[in-house]
Amino acid sequence: MTLGLTPDEWQAVRLSLEVASRSVLVSLIPAVGVAWLLARRHFPGRMLLDALVHLPLVVPPVVVGWGLLMVFGVRGPIGALLNDWFGVRLVFTTGGAALATAVMSFPLIVRSVRLGLEQVDPGLEAAARTLGAGPFDRFFTVTLPLMSPGVLAGAVTAFAAGLGEFGAVITFASNIPGETQTLPLAIYSATQTPGGEATAARLALVSFTLAMTGLVLAELIARRMHLLLGRG
Amino acid sequence: MLEVALRHRFGADGFALDAAFIVPAAGVTALFGPSGCGKTTILSAVAGLLRPQEGRVILDGVVLCDTARGIVVSPERRRCAVVFQDARLFPHLSVETNLRYGLRRAPRDAEGPGFGDVVELLGITPLLGRRPGLLSGGERQRVALGRALLARPRLLLMDEPLAALDTARRAEVLPFLATLRDATRIPILYVTHALDEVDALADRLVLMEAGRVLAEGPVEELAARTDLPLAARRDAGAVIACTIAAHDGVRGLTRLVFGGGAFEVPLRPEPPGTAARIRLRARDIAVATEAPRGISTQNILPARLLGISDSASAHEVFLRLAVGPTTLLARVTRDSVARLGLTIGMDVWAVVKAVTFDHAAVRIAAGTEVESGASARRDGDNHV
Repeated sequence: MTLGLTPDEWQAVRLSLEVASRSVLVSLIPAVGVAWLLARRHFPGRMLLDALVHLPLVVPPVVVGWGLLMVFGVRGPIGALLNDWFGVRLVFTTGGAALATAVMSFPLIVRSVRLGLEQVDPGLEAAARTLGAGPFDRFFTVTLPLMSPGVLAGAVTAFAAGLGEFGAVITFASNIPGETQTLPLAIYSATQTPGGEATAARLALVSFTLAMTGLVLAELIARRMHLLLGRG
Repeated sequence: MLEVALRHRFGADGFALDAAFIVPAAGVTALFGPSGCGKTTILSAVAGLLRPQEGRVILDGVVLCDTARGIVVSPERRRCAVVFQDARLFPHLSVETNLRYGLRRAPRDAEGPGFGDVVELLGITPLLGRRPGLLSGGERQRVALGRALLARPRLLLMDEPLAALDTARRAEVLPFLATLRDATRIPILYVTHALDEVDALADRLVLMEAGRVLAEGPVEELAARTDLPLAARRDAGAVIACTIAAHDGVRGLTRLVFGGGAFEVPLRPEPPGTAARIRLRARDIAVATEAPRGISTQNILPARLLGISDSASAHEVFLRLAVGPTTLLARVTRDSVARLGLTIGMDVWAVVKAVTFDHAAVRIAAGTEVESGASARRDGDNHV
């Protein structure tokens, strides 16, 4: 079953799925942490953190990619450390593509998680406290389950968006078939190649289908979870 | 024993709380007062959910909070369970998991009733598998009571647990509160602005107004005072502890005995020996200087006029009447006082209308105050 896709095109689809999954895995836990800080804590620099998190939404993706090159490049402050100590190189690798995608979709997850968290009645956490639950205990037994619709919806949305990340990926990880050439990059390459119109059209259709599925799934999960949590 | 002394100010010139009181041992102490008088603030500070600017909370010798010494124990380590007005059951957990939430986190050596006992006591066995979202308001509050009790707390805090319920649901939950009070030996601090809940449940009263404690003491004692805001209410009057002595099915009457005499009231369902408490509203008591004859009223008690004090109305006064060791309050016009020539020390008759003893007025009382009924009360619990 190839759905009319060539092996190279399949490779781009698989790579996109891999990059998107890895980006969500990387950003989910930090996103929950940041959303919690932004929604529940008042500390100096809170607005700065809020702005920083949302930066990828407004800055050109190419600039984010360039920033990542500066920081995680082989000569960048973190990139050099990773390279020297662990032999890990992020530029021009699938991992790098996942990192660029994670940074780009981070604000999406944070926003969704934060919305989920704001649905949680602090009174329930107070009740858990009076019943003897400490901070981590009540986070995992009360807060997290109740905010899970937001977490899941954020993860699915970020995954769907991550399938299509272009500017940051091509700048930081380049456009290497089988390594960093995800769906949008493959479509871009196809449009630049004489006779690549059919490939571009097929991949665009796949892209569209995956994105739609992701959005519908996010909505369905959110509804199901609200039912489970007794919020109708 | 719970010792509370708190000072707290919201905002620069906002509401200020400055209250201190002591709750001796077990039983229900009601924090009573109008909305916004600081009752809930006190409860939050005792639970640890609010950090007072100044003050102390000491429970059975354990310092929970002492701002002068920089001690503030976190709520999760205070073991003061709270029953909130809005139940606050965890919506993602079943009723049973909700009930076990505090139990699982209680210290291993903590004493308290078992899971099965509490579930049976509150009649919530059929609800165990359900989600809180599907429960009625009354059921939710019963589960919340069970959850708090099962946390094996050293103190139970109740923040207007019936205020969010309609009349029918209140009547459903109130007896369970009475049962719970009798089944536990831990002190209960009960916040309310409903006088009937005080009558039904409380042993002691801490009367509050505008962030201050106006008076504290046994419910009966404060109810008989005419210098408190309680006296200005329509339902002002003496609260009397009594015991159901006998039923007369033929005449349709129940005989209640109290220190100083007996009342006859329309037939009650409670078995003889049950301790009860009745509120005799001051406006339902008339006074006669001679034994009335040819009168439909059942209850005519010899009394001595102890005092005459002003009421909220310019034309009416309160008469304090001693019936044996019990003090009743009667509200009459100044004109009646003049007409009858009432003077302090005079022997009179207190005429108590039978309608005073309607269903709503007879409540199950706390045993701690009724020595004669204390042992019988345990056997009489099956009515609730």
